Amino acid sequence: MTDESSTPTAAERTPEPLQSEAAVLAEARLRSRRAFIGLGLAGLAGIGGWGWLVSRPQDSGIAKPLRRVLDFNARLSSAYYKETRLAPEFARSRARNPRINGKVGLKSELDPVAWRLRVQDFATGNTQEFTLEDIKALPKIEMTTELKCIEGWSTVVHWGGARLSDFLARYPLAARPGTPQARAAYVGMRTPDDAYYVGLDMPSALHPQTLLCYEMNGMPLTAGHGAPLRLVTPLKYGTKHLKRIGTIAFSDTRPKDYWAEMGYDWDSGH
Amino acid sequence: MKQLIEKHPLAIRWFHWVNFPVLSLMIWSGIWIYWANDVYRLGWGDTTLFKFFPKSFYEAFHVEYKLAKGMAWHFVLMWVFFLNGLLYVLYTIFSGEWRYLLPNRHSFKEAIQVMLHDLGLRKEPLPVRKFNGAQQIAYTSVVLMGLGSVLSGLAIYKPTQLAWLTSLLGGYEFARIIHFALTIGYVLFFIVHIAQVVRAGWNNFRAMVAGFEIVEVDPASHQVQAGPTALPAADASLSSK
Repeated sequence: MTDESSTPTAAERTPEPLQSEAAVLAEARLRSRRAFIGLGLAGLAGIGGWGWLVSRPQDSGIAKPLRRVLDFNARLSSAYYKETRLAPEFARSRARNPRINGKVGLKSELDPVAWRLRVQDFATGNTQEFTLEDIKALPKIEMTTELKCIEGWSTVVHWGGARLSDFLARYPLAARPGTPQARAAYVGMRTPDDAYYVGLDMPSALHPQTLLCYEMNGMPLTAGHGAPLRLVTPLKYGTKHLKRIGTIAFSDTRPKDYWAEMGYDWDSGH
Repeated sequence: MKQLIEKHPLAIRWFHWVNFPVLSLMIWSGIWIYWANDVYRLGWGDTTLFKFFPKSFYEAFHVEYKLAKGMAWHFVLMWVFFLNGLLYVLYTIFSGEWRYLLPNRHSFKEAIQVMLHDLGLRKEPLPVRKFNGAQQIAYTSVVLMGLGSVLSGLAIYKPTQLAWLTSLLGGYEFARIIHFALTIGYVLFFIVHIAQVVRAGWNNFRAMVAGFEIVEVDPASHQVQAGPTALPAADASLSSK
């Protein structure tokens, strides 16, 4: 592996004086030794590099260099991201009820009448409360998209709700102080008990298929699926589809994210 | 008379030996990911011939509950796998090595002869050449499989931004099946490859490490009498004299 060699060419086929067998075998021994030592060293370097990598301090459940590459991948895909690219929609007849795959944040009883969506104004820090009727007053969007679980399964589901972008246009709570056209870089959402929380980049939050969802397959959300209001976005894995939204807040740093703290990609973007 | 001839260029050897551990780790981290939704099997109806994978396999290799770790490694090593594969393809194009590797109209007939020979059903010796028809088909296929893995991987990695690709590959779930099936393909390739390397012997194996092979040359005519020559497939007629 350490020597230079060239591609065989026509020139090599023209007769040259043959080397003596002793010289050939000596050269073969020398080159073999060099090459195998080279390959062995390269192998050791690889194992050493792996050892170094896994010995690095952890960043939210995985070695720091791995986390840095995941974040690089996220920056690359957000550079490629376009709001006009939509997730495929399916015939409504294909919609099924997805598996309830996690109850973190849903363990306490919830009084749907007393429930309020609490949204923290990015500019003032004040909290504004909304009822489900306020959300339902926004244009209703229905879509049949694929819910993709990070585990690898997927289910086609018919969702109904209001666009988060319509909500933020009607109530400009993410607007930057001084420059109302500009918005905070991130959206963070939490369940009322703060047990489950997700972070979204603002472009994904403003995507036309990102919904504050209150209906699933034509029926009001059940408790297990996140009643009274949940997030649905075919731009992210199911892990980000926070059920039973309690609080929404905006920030310029990445909001904490339940699964990202356990070694998953923060972006988890599609 | 023994002579030393060059077989595999240094670049090709590097690509080969970088790819081997990287692809192995891609498969390994892929199994960690696959475990979280291990629904594939060989069978029909209620009959399952083989489940991917039996519980004993997961337990023996401690595969369980490593989804996050598997995804992290997979989405890091994908870069090495992709860049190494891309450089390999570019190198074969610009160096002219593609001439040895691409199948031509004789390759398929020859591949059947090689298979019959390897199964002991055909006695005539195989063509004396760098890569025979069966090798050309195998080595070209495995590169196309690599491309397939990259594309099906992207289709399930970014199914909204690359929705056109995901649809082209039959949708999200089918793209995942393709991605998995290609991985099984690599394992089958690996088994046959190792068996053939063992059969072909030390001289052939050493060429992928050190680059050269020792061949028997007629001292009078300087013609190679045994062992491969550096002739491309298209020149097969020249070497079979």
